[in-house]
Amino acid sequence: MSNSSLWSDALRKLLKNRAAMFGVFILVSLIILAILAPVISPYTYDYQNLELGASAPSSAHLLGTDTLGRDLLSRLLYGSRVSLMVGFVATAVALVIGVTWGIVSGYYGGKVDAVMMRIVDILYGLPFIIFIILLMVVFGRNIWLLFGAIGAVEWLTMARIIRGQVLSIKNQEYVLSAKAMGVSNFYMFRRHIFPNVLGPIAVYATLTIPQVMLLEAFLSFLGLGIQPPMSSWGTLIRYGVESMEEYWWLLVFPGITFTMTLFSLNFFGDGLRDALDPKTSSD
Amino acid sequence: MIGIILRRILIAIPVLIIVASITFFLTRLAPGGPFDAEKKLPQEVIDNLNEVYNLNAPLYEQFFDYFSNILVGDFGPSFRYPGRTVTEMISTGLPVTFELAFYAILFALFIGLLSGTIAALKRNTFLDYFPMAVAMLGICVPTFLLGPFLVLIFGINFELLPVSGWDTLPGDKVLPSITLGAAYAAYIARLGRGGMIEILGQDFIRTARAKGLTERQVVINHALQGGILPVVSFLGPAIAGLLAGSFVVETIFQIPGLGKFYVEAAFNRDYTMILGTTIFFSAMIIFFNLVSDILVLILNPRARDS
Repeated sequence: MSNSSLWSDALRKLLKNRAAMFGVFILVSLIILAILAPVISPYTYDYQNLELGASAPSSAHLLGTDTLGRDLLSRLLYGSRVSLMVGFVATAVALVIGVTWGIVSGYYGGKVDAVMMRIVDILYGLPFIIFIILLMVVFGRNIWLLFGAIGAVEWLTMARIIRGQVLSIKNQEYVLSAKAMGVSNFYMFRRHIFPNVLGPIAVYATLTIPQVMLLEAFLSFLGLGIQPPMSSWGTLIRYGVESMEEYWWLLVFPGITFTMTLFSLNFFGDGLRDALDPKTSSD
Repeated sequence: MIGIILRRILIAIPVLIIVASITFFLTRLAPGGPFDAEKKLPQEVIDNLNEVYNLNAPLYEQFFDYFSNILVGDFGPSFRYPGRTVTEMISTGLPVTFELAFYAILFALFIGLLSGTIAALKRNTFLDYFPMAVAMLGICVPTFLLGPFLVLIFGINFELLPVSGWDTLPGDKVLPSITLGAAYAAYIARLGRGGMIEILGQDFIRTARAKGLTERQVVINHALQGGILPVVSFLGPAIAGLLAGSFVVETIFQIPGLGKFYVEAAFNRDYTMILGTTIFFSAMIIFFNLVSDILVLILNPRARDS
């Protein structure tokens, strides 16, 4: 299969890209830590020690505690579950909508395409951040609604990219000959269209995850996202900013974790794009 | 070209109406009335309030009333701050937010275009790598981290600049403007570099050089116009992001602008304020997208024909 050689080529290129591999290393470690959070975190996320209050990093609390005496390391670990989950779930929602929309629009073309793409154009012009805030205000600060709302916003770019890919694929000879042989539309999608758009899907999915996480953190920072006692990196940064003058560690550690994650995802996404782009294969 | 512009404007109007209607019905859908205070109000008071705020009328009537009022610039009263109208709050907050956004864009354009152009001219040297690495950093570090970080360094540690307020102390506009503009400076630098590299490789640039123009004339008179095209088409969507950024920056720096009012309204569930500002923000964003589309059409002869 010609497919496997594209992917193994890409893998070889990706393994050589040091920035991308650094990103992968950080991400995999974070995901493992997030999954293991209930096992490895020294305290639970809502454990309080009011007598202790805010304390600087020490052997009992490696990253210190906040004003309520909550262990920052534990809250950061539990928070990574929320933040990473937002990233993956919302991106998955965006993927499903965007890929379906793009494939259908690009494959059928004509009037269907014109109408579907006009809808995307119109949605592009809307102030979505404001709409998400509106949804959170109207329907309460529900974590699943947050996932869905963010995903429903981020699919537009995906739809455009996939449509472009499908347009370029659908007039190639192997697709035309499959059509001439009378294969069903479903078979066509599964066998010919979908495998050939997997590359761009993978690239834009990895680049969408950091945007989604940023959006969640932004909302949580404003106090409109994840609610206490649960924590996400966004809420931790919010508390960190409130008390940064006296308790620097409350801002610095969540800030570093969050920025590192964004960096890693962007490096990995860029690396994946370069690896899958046939134009860069010469060097 | 006039045709394309007219078509864009004609699309913008129904979009705005749809946005406004969705917002209106969403806020009416919200559970809990606007007067759900901590203390339970007597039924008569609630009835009176409903009467005053016209909440007893059928929904469609409220809808039409609301929109006919908007057309004359009346967004109704604020639910949370009795005696204040939404229009009043928008008109006090807007100039502040505009000023902040203006400085931020100015900062972003100056730093972004300068470093982008230099990076393109000195490709693959230190003057290319260094600004582009900083730009990557600028894109990855979100506003809500950059702001506090700048406050810690310049405000608290070195006590160089004030850390909150607007128009109260000299220099209090510096940190907010830089915080808001930094990410855009980074994007503009990257887009400007890409645009300039593409333009500099074209024939008319070679012709200009062959005519014996100085490098400066080539860049300023010939390359820049085409090179900044990606930047111009980025500016429209950037306004939307700038608005979201103003929510964060105005909250961090305690700036009495529209963004801070909006976040407070969302926090307090001040529905009329949210409704009014959402419609207002949408109109602004749609308008700026339109302006940037038209600017691209004017600057780029090729887009005009299609």
